[in-house]
Amino acid sequence: MRARLVLVALAVLAALAPAAVAQQRVTLAEIEEEVMCPVCGTLLQLAEAPQAQQQKAFIARLIEEGRSEEQIKDALVAEYGDEVLAVPEGSGFNLSAYVVPIVAFLIAAIALAIGVMRWRRAGGGPSDRGGPAGPSGEEATRLDADLARYDL
Amino acid sequence: MLAVAAIVGLLVFGLVSKGSSGVAIGDPVPDGPLPRLEGGGTESLADYRGRWVLVNFWASWCIPCREEAPALERFQRQHGGPKFTVLGIDSRDLSSDGRGFVREYGLSYPQLRDGDGDAAQDYGTTGVPENFLVDPAGKVRLLVRGPITEEYLREQVAPLLPEGKS
Repeated sequence: MRARLVLVALAVLAALAPAAVAQQRVTLAEIEEEVMCPVCGTLLQLAEAPQAQQQKAFIARLIEEGRSEEQIKDALVAEYGDEVLAVPEGSGFNLSAYVVPIVAFLIAAIALAIGVMRWRRAGGGPSDRGGPAGPSGEEATRLDADLARYDL
Repeated sequence: MLAVAAIVGLLVFGLVSKGSSGVAIGDPVPDGPLPRLEGGGTESLADYRGRWVLVNFWASWCIPCREEAPALERFQRQHGGPKFTVLGIDSRDLSSDGRGFVREYGLSYPQLRDGDGDAAQDYGTTGVPENFLVDPAGKVRLLVRGPITEEYLREQVAPLLPEGKS
């Protein structure tokens, strides 16, 4: 009985496996969001030029052949060069697209921290200034008198 | 301050490297190597120094390119030789479609490939087709933005070429 159950389970798995693979297949829409139309200079998904139509047909053909997303992008780079990728690869000079903003952010954060420290050391901090002075005795008396006129 | 200068420098580099203004009449043509569309290997305009060359930027998806291709092939058959050739540059195109285009129109002149469009940018093209007549010294003598016609080839290009079959 147990052996029969195992066989049935294996048969079900075997039947579902191709469907699962098919579901993982990348779609044209997914690729279109990540590559450029070289002639239009826009994302492929926004492009309708004849060259874009050719590029879309090429991608659809590769999907039909069962190529992975990586393989399709490699094929596009081989045809149109690195600039066909909307997000540059993280290597070589393209790495600067990722590194420069991070370095710039770190430098700005450090500069800000140093600036704040110097400012506080120079006596510019709010803690050194003390709070605003309260009303003098005469002002307090006038304030009480004024408030007393209103039946609050 | 140094970081700001570095970032500004990078931005300027990007603008300068992208902002090629192209070539005008009398300018020397860019002569970086390009891969052949068929057969492997590379060629450059420098390899054609000493000959008149009609550089034709085209792509298989471009309808006007289809219209001018037969005229270019006829002109090549009439004038092509040791002193003149048409030179096709297939730009921002799929190589397989480009090769199909060459077969479809029976183009006999040499064909190079400019998949990323860098050569087209160096020439300052605004699209395809565009044609540049380059003299034996490697300088642009005529420039046609858009499809070239049989009439233009006969009246403007042919008179500049050496007598007889070039």
